[in-house]
Amino acid sequence: MKVKWWYVGLLIALGLAVLAPLASSWPDGLERVAEDKGFIEVALEPFFKIIPDYVFPGVHSEALATILAGLLGTLILFGAGYGLGTLLKRRG
Amino acid sequence: MHIPDGFLNAATAATTYVVSAGGVGYSIKETNRKLGDRHVPMMGVMGAFVFAAQMLNFPVIGGTSGHLIGGALAAILLGPWAGTLIMSCVLIVQCLVFQDGGITALGANVFNMGLVACFAGYYLYRAVVSLMGEGRTGTLLGGFVGAWASVFMASIACAIELAVSGRSPLEVALPAMAGVHALIGIGEGLITSAVLAFVAATRADLLELQKV
Repeated sequence: MKVKWWYVGLLIALGLAVLAPLASSWPDGLERVAEDKGFIEVALEPFFKIIPDYVFPGVHSEALATILAGLLGTLILFGAGYGLGTLLKRRG
Repeated sequence: MHIPDGFLNAATAATTYVVSAGGVGYSIKETNRKLGDRHVPMMGVMGAFVFAAQMLNFPVIGGTSGHLIGGALAAILLGPWAGTLIMSCVLIVQCLVFQDGGITALGANVFNMGLVACFAGYYLYRAVVSLMGEGRTGTLLGGFVGAWASVFMASIACAIELAVSGRSPLEVALPAMAGVHALIGIGEGLITSAVLAFVAATRADLLELQKV
Protein backbone atom coordinates (compact mmCIF):
# COMPACT_ATOMS: atom_id res chain seq x y z
CA MET A 1 0.00 0.00 0.00
CA LYS A 2 1.37 3.37 -0.97
CA VAL A 3 1.51 5.79 1.95
CA LYS A 4 -0.30 8.96 1.00
CA TRP A 5 1.26 12.25 2.09
CA TRP A 6 -1.74 13.29 4.12
CA TYR A 7 -1.58 10.17 6.34
CA VAL A 8 1.76 11.57 7.47
CA GLY A 9 0.29 15.08 7.83
CA LEU A 10 -2.56 13.80 10.01
CA LEU A 11 -0.14 11.73 12.10
CA ILE A 12 2.01 14.81 12.73
CA ALA A 13 -1.07 16.74 13.88
CA LEU A 14 -2.12 13.87 16.18
CA GLY A 15 1.47 13.79 17.50
CA LEU A 16 1.23 17.49 18.37
CA ALA A 17 -2.05 16.82 20.21
CA VAL A 18 -0.23 14.21 22.33
CA LEU A 19 2.30 16.90 23.33
CA ALA A 20 -0.51 19.25 24.51
CA PRO A 21 0.03 18.59 28.26
CA LEU A 22 3.49 20.18 27.86
CA ALA A 23 1.98 23.50 26.72
CA SER A 24 2.62 26.62 28.79
CA SER A 25 -0.28 27.33 31.17
CA TRP A 26 0.55 31.03 31.40
CA PRO A 27 -2.22 33.40 30.22
CA ASP A 28 -2.11 34.21 26.50
CA GLY A 29 -1.58 37.69 25.07
CA LEU A 30 -5.24 38.75 25.25
CA GLU A 31 -5.73 37.34 28.77
CA ARG A 32 -2.57 39.13 29.91
CA VAL A 33 -3.79 42.46 28.51
CA ALA A 34 -7.24 41.91 30.04
CA GLU A 35 -5.64 41.27 33.45
CA ASP A 36 -3.24 44.22 33.22
CA LYS A 37 -5.90 46.65 32.01
CA GLY A 38 -8.46 45.45 34.53
CA PHE A 39 -11.26 44.03 32.42
CA ILE A 40 -10.64 40.26 32.77
CA GLU A 41 -13.50 40.05 35.32
CA VAL A 42 -16.14 41.00 32.74
CA ALA A 43 -15.56 37.65 31.00
CA LEU A 44 -18.64 35.46 31.33
CA GLU A 45 -18.72 31.73 31.95
CA PRO A 46 -19.63 29.81 28.77
CA PHE A 47 -23.38 29.25 28.38
CA PHE A 48 -22.81 25.47 28.17
CA LYS A 49 -19.84 23.17 28.58
CA ILE A 50 -18.89 20.08 26.59
CA ILE A 51 -15.09 19.69 26.87
CA PRO A 52 -14.15 22.96 28.60
CA ASP A 53 -10.49 24.06 28.48
CA TYR A 54 -9.48 21.06 26.39
CA VAL A 55 -9.82 18.70 29.36
CA PHE A 56 -11.91 15.61 28.62
CA PRO A 57 -14.44 15.30 31.46
CA GLY A 58 -14.42 12.26 33.75
CA VAL A 59 -10.75 11.36 33.24
CA HIS A 60 -8.67 11.40 36.44
CA SER A 61 -5.29 12.21 34.91
CA GLU A 62 -5.37 15.77 33.60
CA ALA A 63 -2.57 15.03 31.14
CA LEU A 64 -4.51 12.10 29.69
CA ALA A 65 -7.73 14.17 29.62
CA THR A 66 -5.90 16.89 27.68
CA ILE A 67 -4.44 14.39 25.21
CA LEU A 68 -7.88 12.80 24.65
CA ALA A 69 -9.46 16.21 24.04
CA GLY A 70 -6.63 17.12 21.67
CA LEU A 71 -6.87 13.88 19.68
CA LEU A 72 -10.66 14.19 19.43
CA GLY A 73 -10.49 17.81 18.27
CA THR A 74 -7.75 17.05 15.76
CA LEU A 75 -9.83 14.24 14.24
CA ILE A 76 -12.98 16.41 14.19
CA LEU A 77 -11.08 19.16 12.34
CA PHE A 78 -9.53 16.70 9.89
CA GLY A 79 -13.02 15.40 9.15
CA ALA A 80 -14.47 18.91 8.88
CA GLY A 81 -11.75 20.13 6.50
CA TYR A 82 -11.75 16.99 4.36
CA GLY A 83 -15.55 16.84 4.33
CA LEU A 84 -15.96 20.50 3.44
CA GLY A 85 -13.33 20.12 0.71
CA THR A 86 -15.14 17.11 -0.74
CA LEU A 87 -18.42 18.96 -0.64
CA LEU A 88 -17.13 22.14 -2.26
CA LYS A 89 -14.59 20.88 -4.84
CA ARG A 90 -15.25 21.34 -8.55
CA ARG A 91 -17.24 18.53 -10.13
CA GLY A 92 -15.99 16.53 -13.08
CA MET B 1 -6.44 35.65 21.23
CA HIS B 2 -9.83 33.94 21.57
CA ILE B 3 -12.26 36.56 22.91
CA PRO B 4 -14.54 35.11 25.61
CA ASP B 5 -18.19 36.02 26.18
CA GLY B 6 -18.59 39.31 28.01
CA PHE B 7 -15.69 41.26 26.49
CA LEU B 8 -17.60 42.73 23.55
CA ASN B 9 -20.67 44.93 23.66
CA ALA B 10 -23.73 43.90 21.66
CA ALA B 11 -23.11 46.29 18.77
CA THR B 12 -19.53 45.08 18.23
CA ALA B 13 -20.51 41.42 18.56
CA ALA B 14 -23.36 41.87 16.08
CA THR B 15 -21.31 43.90 13.58
CA THR B 16 -18.46 41.39 13.53
CA TYR B 17 -20.97 38.51 13.18
CA VAL B 18 -22.46 40.15 10.09
CA VAL B 19 -19.07 40.92 8.52
CA SER B 20 -17.73 37.44 9.25
CA ALA B 21 -20.89 35.74 7.98
CA GLY B 22 -20.46 37.67 4.73
CA GLY B 23 -16.77 36.77 4.57
CA VAL B 24 -17.39 33.09 5.22
CA GLY B 25 -20.25 33.07 2.69
CA TYR B 26 -17.95 34.51 0.05
CA SER B 27 -15.22 32.03 1.06
CA ILE B 28 -17.62 29.17 0.42
CA LYS B 29 -18.46 30.63 -3.00
CA GLU B 30 -14.79 31.10 -4.00
CA THR B 31 -13.79 27.68 -2.65
CA ASN B 32 -16.67 26.06 -4.50
CA ARG B 33 -15.48 27.72 -7.72
CA LYS B 34 -11.77 26.88 -7.50
CA LEU B 35 -11.10 23.93 -5.19
CA GLY B 36 -9.81 20.79 -6.91
CA ASP B 37 -9.35 17.14 -5.88
CA ARG B 38 -5.78 17.72 -4.76
CA HIS B 39 -6.82 20.41 -2.30
CA VAL B 40 -9.18 18.12 -0.38
CA PRO B 41 -6.62 16.28 1.81
CA MET B 42 -4.79 19.58 2.40
CA MET B 43 -8.06 21.04 3.75
CA GLY B 44 -8.25 18.14 6.22
CA VAL B 45 -4.60 18.24 7.27
CA MET B 46 -4.67 22.04 7.73
CA GLY B 47 -7.74 21.82 9.97
CA ALA B 48 -6.12 19.07 12.04
CA PHE B 49 -2.71 20.77 12.22
CA VAL B 50 -4.03 24.22 13.12
CA PHE B 51 -6.26 22.80 15.86
CA ALA B 52 -3.48 20.69 17.40
CA ALA B 53 -0.82 23.40 17.09
CA GLN B 54 -3.13 25.96 18.75
CA MET B 55 -3.12 23.81 21.91
CA LEU B 56 0.63 24.20 22.27
CA ASN B 57 1.10 27.50 24.10
CA PHE B 58 4.71 28.58 24.23
CA PRO B 59 6.06 31.01 26.87
CA VAL B 60 6.80 34.50 25.55
CA ILE B 61 7.75 36.90 28.34
CA GLY B 62 7.01 37.52 32.01
CA GLY B 63 4.24 35.00 32.58
CA THR B 64 2.63 35.38 29.19
CA SER B 65 2.22 32.70 26.56
CA GLY B 66 1.18 32.59 22.95
CA HIS B 67 0.23 29.92 20.48
CA LEU B 68 0.16 29.53 16.73
CA ILE B 69 -2.92 31.01 15.08
CA GLY B 70 -2.22 29.27 11.78
CA GLY B 71 -4.21 31.59 9.52
CA ALA B 72 -1.11 32.65 7.56
CA LEU B 73 0.05 29.06 7.11
CA ALA B 74 -3.38 27.89 5.94
CA ALA B 75 -3.66 30.85 3.56
CA ILE B 76 -0.14 30.36 2.14
CA LEU B 77 -0.79 26.67 1.42
CA LEU B 78 -4.45 26.86 0.35
CA GLY B 79 -5.13 30.50 -0.52
CA PRO B 80 -6.84 33.17 1.60
CA TRP B 81 -10.47 32.15 0.99
CA ALA B 82 -9.98 28.43 1.62
CA GLY B 83 -7.71 29.40 4.54
CA THR B 84 -10.48 31.53 6.03
CA LEU B 85 -12.84 28.58 5.71
CA ILE B 86 -10.46 26.25 7.57
CA MET B 87 -9.84 28.83 10.30
CA SER B 88 -13.62 29.27 10.67
CA CYS B 89 -14.05 25.51 11.12
CA VAL B 90 -11.33 25.47 13.80
CA LEU B 91 -12.82 28.47 15.64
CA ILE B 92 -16.38 27.10 15.48
CA VAL B 93 -15.32 23.71 16.90
CA GLN B 94 -13.16 25.38 19.59
CA CYS B 95 -16.11 27.56 20.58
CA LEU B 96 -18.88 24.93 20.51
CA VAL B 97 -17.01 21.84 21.76
CA PHE B 98 -14.10 23.17 23.82
CA GLN B 99 -15.51 26.48 25.17
CA ASP B 100 -12.47 28.37 23.87
CA GLY B 101 -13.77 31.70 22.56
CA GLY B 102 -17.25 32.89 23.48
CA ILE B 103 -20.27 32.06 21.36
CA THR B 104 -21.24 35.75 21.27
CA ALA B 105 -17.64 36.62 20.24
CA LEU B 106 -17.45 34.01 17.48
CA GLY B 107 -18.00 36.61 14.77
CA ALA B 108 -15.13 38.72 16.09
CA ASN B 109 -12.85 35.71 16.51
CA VAL B 110 -13.55 34.56 12.93
CA PHE B 111 -12.93 38.12 11.74
CA ASN B 112 -9.60 38.49 13.62
CA MET B 113 -8.06 35.03 13.37
CA GLY B 114 -9.81 34.01 10.13
CA LEU B 115 -10.27 36.87 7.68
CA VAL B 116 -7.66 39.32 8.99
CA ALA B 117 -4.98 36.71 9.74
CA CYS B 118 -5.45 34.86 6.43
CA PHE B 119 -5.51 37.93 4.19
CA ALA B 120 -2.72 39.82 5.98
CA GLY B 121 -0.60 36.65 6.04
CA TYR B 122 -1.25 35.71 2.44
CA TYR B 123 -0.66 39.10 0.84
CA LEU B 124 2.44 39.91 2.90
CA TYR B 125 3.80 36.49 1.92
CA ARG B 126 3.05 37.20 -1.75
CA ALA B 127 4.71 40.62 -1.49
CA VAL B 128 7.93 39.15 -0.08
CA VAL B 129 7.95 36.31 -2.63
CA SER B 130 7.52 38.78 -5.49
CA LEU B 131 10.50 40.78 -4.17
CA MET B 132 12.75 37.83 -3.30
CA GLY B 133 11.70 35.33 -5.97
CA GLU B 134 9.94 31.98 -5.73
CA GLY B 135 12.98 30.15 -4.33
CA ARG B 136 13.50 28.73 -0.89
CA THR B 137 14.68 32.01 0.66
CA GLY B 138 11.66 33.94 -0.63
CA THR B 139 9.24 31.26 0.56
CA LEU B 140 10.70 30.97 4.05
CA LEU B 141 11.19 34.70 4.58
CA GLY B 142 7.73 35.39 3.12
CA GLY B 143 6.27 32.80 5.47
CA PHE B 144 7.93 34.45 8.47
CA VAL B 145 6.89 37.98 7.52
CA GLY B 146 3.35 36.98 6.54
CA ALA B 147 2.86 34.97 9.71
CA TRP B 148 4.23 37.73 11.95
CA ALA B 149 1.98 40.29 10.25
CA SER B 150 -1.06 38.01 10.55
CA VAL B 151 -0.76 37.94 14.36
CA PHE B 152 0.08 41.64 14.59
CA MET B 153 -2.88 42.69 12.41
CA ALA B 154 -5.28 40.30 14.18
CA SER B 155 -4.24 41.78 17.55
CA ILE B 156 -4.90 45.30 16.25
CA ALA B 157 -8.37 44.26 15.08
CA CYS B 158 -8.97 42.72 18.51
CA ALA B 159 -7.77 45.88 20.28
CA ILE B 160 -10.15 48.03 18.21
CA GLU B 161 -13.07 45.72 19.08
CA LEU B 162 -12.20 45.92 22.79
CA ALA B 163 -11.90 49.71 22.64
CA VAL B 164 -15.18 50.14 20.74
CA SER B 165 -16.80 47.88 23.35
CA GLY B 166 -15.61 50.25 26.08
CA ARG B 167 -13.27 47.78 27.80
CA SER B 168 -10.13 49.88 27.51
CA PRO B 169 -9.40 53.10 25.61
CA LEU B 170 -7.75 52.53 22.22
CA GLU B 171 -4.58 54.37 23.28
CA VAL B 172 -4.22 51.77 26.06
CA ALA B 173 -5.54 48.62 24.37
CA LEU B 174 -3.78 49.08 21.03
CA PRO B 175 -0.16 49.34 22.23
CA ALA B 176 -0.75 46.62 24.85
CA MET B 177 -2.25 44.14 22.36
CA ALA B 178 0.08 45.00 19.48
CA GLY B 179 3.13 44.97 21.77
CA VAL B 180 2.66 41.52 23.25
CA HIS B 181 1.52 40.08 19.90
CA ALA B 182 4.56 41.51 18.11
CA LEU B 183 6.48 39.04 20.29
CA ILE B 184 4.02 36.15 19.91
CA GLY B 185 4.18 36.79 16.15
CA ILE B 186 7.87 35.84 16.15
CA GLY B 187 6.82 32.36 17.31
CA GLU B 188 4.12 32.29 14.61
CA GLY B 189 6.73 33.28 12.02
CA LEU B 190 9.24 30.65 13.10
CA ILE B 191 6.66 27.83 13.16
CA THR B 192 5.18 28.87 9.81
CA SER B 193 8.63 29.00 8.16
CA ALA B 194 9.58 25.66 9.68
CA VAL B 195 6.43 24.00 8.31
CA LEU B 196 7.01 25.55 4.87
CA ALA B 197 10.64 24.34 4.94
CA PHE B 198 9.44 20.84 5.85
CA VAL B 199 6.86 20.82 3.04
CA ALA B 200 9.44 22.17 0.57
CA ALA B 201 11.91 19.45 1.56
CA THR B 202 9.46 16.55 1.50
CA ARG B 203 6.62 17.39 -0.93
CA ALA B 204 7.52 20.63 -2.71
CA ASP B 205 4.68 20.03 -5.20
CA LEU B 206 2.18 20.79 -2.40
CA LEU B 207 3.44 24.38 -2.36
CA GLU B 208 2.30 24.68 -5.98
CA LEU B 209 -1.39 23.99 -5.33
CA GLN B 210 -3.55 26.62 -7.01
CA LYS B 211 -4.45 29.25 -4.40
CA VAL B 212 -8.12 29.50 -3.56
